[in-house]
Amino acid sequence: MIEASLPPILEVCGLRKIFSKQVVLASVDLVVPRGSIVSVFGRSGTGKSVFLKCLAGLLTPDAGEIRFAIDLMDGLRRRCSYLFQGNALFDSLTAFENVALPLEQTTRFGRREIARVAHDALKSLGLDKFADHFPAQMSGGMQKRLALARSLVTRPELVLFDEPAAGLDPPARNAVFEMILRYKQEFDFTAVVVTHDVPEALAASDRVALLEEGRMQFEGTPVEFAASDDCIVRSFGDNIVTLRTGLDK
Amino acid sequence: MPLAKFGGLNYGVVQMVRLLQTVGQKSVGTVAGLGDFAAFASRAVAATPATRRLGRRWIRAVHEQGVRCVPVVTVVGLFAGLVLGLQGYYLLARFGSAGALGTFVSLTLTRELAPVLAALMIVGQAGSAMAAELGIHRNSEQIDALTTMGIDPIGYLVTPRLLATVIVFPILTVAFTLVGLAGGYLSGSVLLGLDSGVYWSAVHSAIQPADLHECLSKSVFFGVVTILICCHSGFTTHYRSGVSGSRAVSVSTTRAVVLASIATLAADYLITSFFV
Repeated sequence: MIEASLPPILEVCGLRKIFSKQVVLASVDLVVPRGSIVSVFGRSGTGKSVFLKCLAGLLTPDAGEIRFAIDLMDGLRRRCSYLFQGNALFDSLTAFENVALPLEQTTRFGRREIARVAHDALKSLGLDKFADHFPAQMSGGMQKRLALARSLVTRPELVLFDEPAAGLDPPARNAVFEMILRYKQEFDFTAVVVTHDVPEALAASDRVALLEEGRMQFEGTPVEFAASDDCIVRSFGDNIVTLRTGLDK
Repeated sequence: MPLAKFGGLNYGVVQMVRLLQTVGQKSVGTVAGLGDFAAFASRAVAATPATRRLGRRWIRAVHEQGVRCVPVVTVVGLFAGLVLGLQGYYLLARFGSAGALGTFVSLTLTRELAPVLAALMIVGQAGSAMAAELGIHRNSEQIDALTTMGIDPIGYLVTPRLLATVIVFPILTVAFTLVGLAGGYLSGSVLLGLDSGVYWSAVHSAIQPADLHECLSKSVFFGVVTILICCHSGFTTHYRSGVSGSRAVSVSTTRAVVLASIATLAADYLITSFFV
């Protein structure tokens, strides 16, 4: 388990985002320790994806600060990766071309080097046999792995996951979080995961936070989350218990 | 009565204020849109030296705009020439000048019809496809994905297409002209009996270097403007108010074709007034 005392790779202070008078993020604070998996929970429509897009620079916050570790600031885009909820794969490019794209456009690698690195990334995610396939010819899980391969091919230090298991069945959800854990160990990145798949994320995360009404209502370890007396946190925990009880019956 | 009079005046003032507000909002929106388009165009041009591995995407853009548009451009060119030959022959024959048919067809094609109609055909075939493709890229977050990967989306998606226009539009305009001249020959000489030597010698003597200059300048200008409009329209699909998803792509595509067509005709008038 990664402790919060480790030097943070990312610090968010008082982040605020408003869309035409609707306050989506009122004042969000979050600390992401280096090497950890931090999951941000929240109900649908609470601004989890907006928060992540602010971190990725896709949205400009109205107020607040996002501080990255100094070593990350040099070539931030290369060192920070984003896995979209819908994967955002280029449907007219093959799996290999999708993975090679960031290498072609952002590095000085030659063709052979790009091919080697891209094939290595595909191989490590079990997609080497599908290098010539287009995304539409792959299953949902394979597309997710392909998107992860593309995110990891530049060896980022921070990966932002937007609802990585949304719309998947329970075994597939487990597989996605197992994949994040496995490749986090292999590629050694820090992960911020925005999700409402609480049980799977609790099992995979080092730290969790709960976004509600534009603020982080809870920030701590999964154990602290499970033991919390806070009624909003409990509503998430109780839901899991209710669900599990229902399933057991 | 004074109250009713006051009420009527008040209503009139309110309507006037609303009208001014609407006009003001539309004007500000138009100016903002033009500014956004200008910024987009300058970014597309400025991205040229920084864009890496442009070759393959440039070749694909040349294929999309050029090779795929050859059939439609040549067919339209042929019929434009046939109609010009037919109309021109009967018009000139009234004045006993049927021998000037070659001059009429060649100058009409070179100075006006070839650059304008070729541009409109390319917009209809390739520009609409481009707007739709970029709109889908936008909707499926592929453009955002490029941004998060540190790739300039305008440089990656728009610049190769813009560079392709500089080659494709003049070549297709010349093809349109040549096929149109052949069409004029078919209707004027083969169908209506004008001597082919008279027709072709009139064509040869009518076209001056200045006409070719006007023709090619127009084609390049129309190409750059229309392709930028189509790309901008697809690229800003998420700005379409009131619609989203596939409907927004459809609106963007329609908007691209309409705006590019209007821009072509407006630019044609401006450039012609400059050359005449």
